[in-house]
Amino acid sequence: MLGKGVVGGGGGTKTPKPSFVSYVRPEEIHTNEKEVTEKEVTLHLLPGEQLLCEASAVLKYVQEESCQRGVCGRLVCTDFKIAFLGDDEPALDNAETQFKNKIIGENDITLHCVDQIFGVFDEKKKSLFGQLKKYPEKLIIHCKDLRVFHFCLRYTKEEEVKRIVSGIIHHTQAPKLLKRLFLFSYAAAAQSIIATSPKDHTVMFDTLKDWCWELERTKGNVKYKAVSVNEGYRICERLPAYFVVPTPLPEEDVRRFQGHGIPIWCWSCHNGSALLKMSALPKEQDDVILQIHKSFLDGIYKIIHRPPYEIVKTEDLSSNFLSLQEIQTAYSKFKQLFLIDNSTEFWDTDIKWFSLLESSSWLDIIRRCLKKAIEITECLEAQNVNVLLLEENASDLCCLISSLVQVMMDAHCRTKTGFQSLIQKEWVMGGHCFLDRCNHLRQSDKEEHRRQLSLPLTQPKSSPKRGFFREETDHLIKNLLGKRISKLINSSDELQDNFREFYDNWHSKPTDYHGLLLPHIEGPEIKVWAQRYLRWIPEAQILGGGRVATMSKLIEMMEEVQSLQEKIDERHHSQQRLQAEAPCLLRNSARLSSLFPFALLQRHSSKPILPTSGWKALGDEEDLAKREDEFVDLGDV
Amino acid sequence: MVGVSSMASASAPKCNSHTSENEPVKSTSQDGVNCDLNETVPRLPGETLITDKEVIYICPFNGPIKGRVYITNYRLYLRSLETDSTLIFDVPLGVISRIEKMGGATSRGENSYGLDITCKDMRNLRFALKQEGHSRRDMFEILTRYAFPLAHSLPLFAFLNEEKFNVDGWMVYNPVEEYRRQGLPNHQWRITFINKCYELCETYPALLVVPYRASDDDLRRVAAFRSRNRIPVLSWIHPENKMVIVRCSQPLVGMSGKRNKDDEKYLDVIRETNRQLSKLTIYDARPSVNAVANKATGGGYESDDAYHNAELFFLDIHNIHVMRESLKKVKDIVYPNVEESHWLSSLESTHWLEHIKLVLTGAIQVADKVSSGKSSVLVHCSDGWDRTAQLTSLAMLMLDSFYRSIEGFEILVQKEWISFGHKFASRIGHGDKNHADADRSPIFLQFVDCVWQMSKQFPTAFEFNERFLITILDHLYSCRFGTFLLNCESAREKQKVTERTVSLWSLINSNKEKFKNPFYTKEINRVLYPVASMRHLELWVNYYIRWNPRIKQQQPNAVEQRYMELLALRDDYIKRLEELQLANSSKVSSASTSPSSPSQMMPHVQTHF
Repeated sequence: MLGKGVVGGGGGTKTPKPSFVSYVRPEEIHTNEKEVTEKEVTLHLLPGEQLLCEASAVLKYVQEESCQRGVCGRLVCTDFKIAFLGDDEPALDNAETQFKNKIIGENDITLHCVDQIFGVFDEKKKSLFGQLKKYPEKLIIHCKDLRVFHFCLRYTKEEEVKRIVSGIIHHTQAPKLLKRLFLFSYAAAAQSIIATSPKDHTVMFDTLKDWCWELERTKGNVKYKAVSVNEGYRICERLPAYFVVPTPLPEEDVRRFQGHGIPIWCWSCHNGSALLKMSALPKEQDDVILQIHKSFLDGIYKIIHRPPYEIVKTEDLSSNFLSLQEIQTAYSKFKQLFLIDNSTEFWDTDIKWFSLLESSSWLDIIRRCLKKAIEITECLEAQNVNVLLLEENASDLCCLISSLVQVMMDAHCRTKTGFQSLIQKEWVMGGHCFLDRCNHLRQSDKEEHRRQLSLPLTQPKSSPKRGFFREETDHLIKNLLGKRISKLINSSDELQDNFREFYDNWHSKPTDYHGLLLPHIEGPEIKVWAQRYLRWIPEAQILGGGRVATMSKLIEMMEEVQSLQEKIDERHHSQQRLQAEAPCLLRNSARLSSLFPFALLQRHSSKPILPTSGWKALGDEEDLAKREDEFVDLGDV
Repeated sequence: MVGVSSMASASAPKCNSHTSENEPVKSTSQDGVNCDLNETVPRLPGETLITDKEVIYICPFNGPIKGRVYITNYRLYLRSLETDSTLIFDVPLGVISRIEKMGGATSRGENSYGLDITCKDMRNLRFALKQEGHSRRDMFEILTRYAFPLAHSLPLFAFLNEEKFNVDGWMVYNPVEEYRRQGLPNHQWRITFINKCYELCETYPALLVVPYRASDDDLRRVAAFRSRNRIPVLSWIHPENKMVIVRCSQPLVGMSGKRNKDDEKYLDVIRETNRQLSKLTIYDARPSVNAVANKATGGGYESDDAYHNAELFFLDIHNIHVMRESLKKVKDIVYPNVEESHWLSSLESTHWLEHIKLVLTGAIQVADKVSSGKSSVLVHCSDGWDRTAQLTSLAMLMLDSFYRSIEGFEILVQKEWISFGHKFASRIGHGDKNHADADRSPIFLQFVDCVWQMSKQFPTAFEFNERFLITILDHLYSCRFGTFLLNCESAREKQKVTERTVSLWSLINSNKEKFKNPFYTKEINRVLYPVASMRHLELWVNYYIRWNPRIKQQQPNAVEQRYMELLALRDDYIKRLEELQLANSSKVSSASTSPSSPSQMMPHVQTHF
């Protein structure tokens, strides 16, 4: 009875690859299932989307076991996406269409998702940009969501190759005007579709009411007030129209430096201490102006720092923490580890995987972010002091740290709508420059700074003893805030001790998942977020395994409990109605793999994946390796 | 024994009263502690207290802690004497690999008389003792005596253990039954008793499964050509395609490239058992250079010239010495402090996970050959008791879901490891003081680590949980049970291990609930292929770093906790539903039907769903 029956085998079916988050519910766009399944053959355009160019007789490579197979089809480029329309794409069965992204198909790459384009000329891979003199026989597209596409153009007509390649390069690389972003033509064409569901709704923080609601929810309304002083962006475009400041703060202070130097409320802890952020005052050389700044800030600090009633600690993120450049460099290295062209590359990098990971520094950056957030949590929770995050524009690291702190401390932020509201509050309304950081307009001169927001929360690590606080007081603080304020920055020893005690203490107790949550930050506990980074790599797929296996058991059990509950309710009302069983989303576990729900069926066979790379040298152990297990001579009998 | 221990315990209080001579009040309280300790020190039937001492435990995580240590013939037990600390540890003496004195008269400081105890389970215990009364010397001598009983002609504790369980773990594995479960004997394979008195091969079990067509004389001739007479015998047969996994030791080819017609013929007979025309696949677990080098000492591998119908592959798994050093390096980076600044590259430099990867890769290849019906497989390394056991047992775990149950796994260990002569006594060094013995190596631990990696990748495929695996590893060293003692079946029989000791499986099987994985889903037909990529392999933190309080993981994890809650809720609802149904039915027909028992009610309830 044992045997080949490994799960997930079966015929070539397709792989939905959702990679786009939309507040517009997909079902509001497509209601017709039939239309969805037919989409692969006929190009499906969103409202307002236009076909720009296309090429036929293109082969898309599909990794299958250790060899590659080509699927023939059309490659098209619209003003929204690059799409491949395969000729022989089999239809999905019902269970699978549930997991299909209804906007972005398996073979769709939105233009903004394209990271890098390579051409293969005579077996050599070259990065493609600008005007091409020669057209490649193969096109490799690396996506920002870490998918890798290989298209063979050898059988495509020459003019079509030219058109599609230059089209793709142009539409993914040329600078763009803001008004040309597809979003606007889509919004104009699809105006009628507005997602509003009264329940489960995300707070947008675009009205005074939303801020009041948040103040009330966190009981911050005792000491803080929502202000509309920036209504219509009269004072500053950087700040939201409505925001929250300490109650005693006069509104005219906000105007004085266009919102700079103003403590803006992020969140209040149950014990009344608050998390605040402030954008620094512009740098000045002039002593007179510096004096003005100093006295202004002194005034501001008197409002928020009134010992013993109210104490504030300042956390300068611009100078004592990660730089944006560091984050960007690390991520560029890190993502490269997952943009894998073929099986050989996968196994070649597998041997030195850990050192490659380490040299990217990405996990260390994650650890430092988490650690910083725990430190701030300690101040708020254990020391009951306010924390003021300071950053040049208060719109990068402030967003990151403040939202991490809230995820740790506020269970509401761990719900779906709570998290969406948090993103809206801290990142969207918080003025994070998405346009620049993601370089949506592709201005080559602008540096791309990316922030990886979603940090897996359950990740721990080993305690880095290197303090983030140097003994020497920071220049910026000294200049801007004066000596009195700089004293508020605690010394490194004290901080390390407090942190350690708080952290160890929390971890020694049983976890209340609805309360404060601190991630582990020790080295072995900070791991790669496999579900995101490995999701498209067929070699990394565990058929029938991975976390989804336990999750599907959990969901099954939840359904069973629910149906039992209904049964009991019915009995109570003595209704003997039989209920049809709700179909379980994940019941068909044979089709699941660790890559679920991303590359649902990327691997078509039940063959095991075998490493192809060899053994790395043992170094100083070579001598041992040569020894025999036992010292008995078997004799040349 | 009893005499020795009572003398020892009698002398200990004397020692204590000596130090506190002018404080009679204290000395009575000392006695009080002694009375008290009989209740507070856990003792197994057959376990006797030898001594107790006041010590400073130098905890690597929390600094020095004043405590009282109790030494029995089975364990070292520490109780804190400080009110703010509840620390207690309880270490079986079998876990001790080395005891060293630190400091002494020449060193300064009050805790200068120290003992450093190196354990086999990735930790060290450090104590500081008072200079007076030779307390360190006493403790050192007593510990040495009871931790290394073999060096003092004392029995291992397992032979003194009088624990009783309601299940007999020795009954778990019955080779005839296990082979019958596999459908053996059949037309092609027979059970032979040629090794009944271990005269064919001393390190093999009494009962062997061999090709029907090979006579006992053939077997004897083949034995002459295989290292330590470990001839190819069947480990597992595929229920459908009848492909087999066969295990053995290396052929005695030697420098001169000797051949043996009987061996060649025997392998061909194995190949032909399932009437396949394809070649027999031989997996030599060693790196090819080692296999070649082994010729110098009389070993070697099956050459193409001699074995036309076989295809040989090397699996590049390193020897026991490399594995031992690798684990040592792991300890260096996790104990007492976890390497911080370069965790990943340090981990890489231990090579531990790389070795795990190679072992798993080898096992996957074995399983795939057999499962795909391509060919039968013969596995060997040098002697066929280390790497070979790892490969066959892991491949069997991948192929046969039976071995993924609690009892199935016990049978697998009992069969492929214990009965086929993995040299547990030499590899672990039970009761032996020679800590630097080159025969020691964490081969079985490496196997359990591979199993853990598989259970991580397939969280619903195993009936047992992590605790089960850790318990097995703990008792691999503890010497409380006879399960892992000695090197082979013949030695165990001589020592009457099954009569004189308790089996670890008695402990586990009488308390199975503790070791069950709530997510387990029985799937009969499924072959599990783990992904042997560094991207998925992890250091087993809950085992290797479990002594570090900072790393200690929440047990159970959030998802498991939630699942358990739901399970409880479900059971509660089912009960309530039954009660409601009962109430209804008794209302409807109060006199006509007799009250149904809940168990009778169940099917009714279920049909309703």
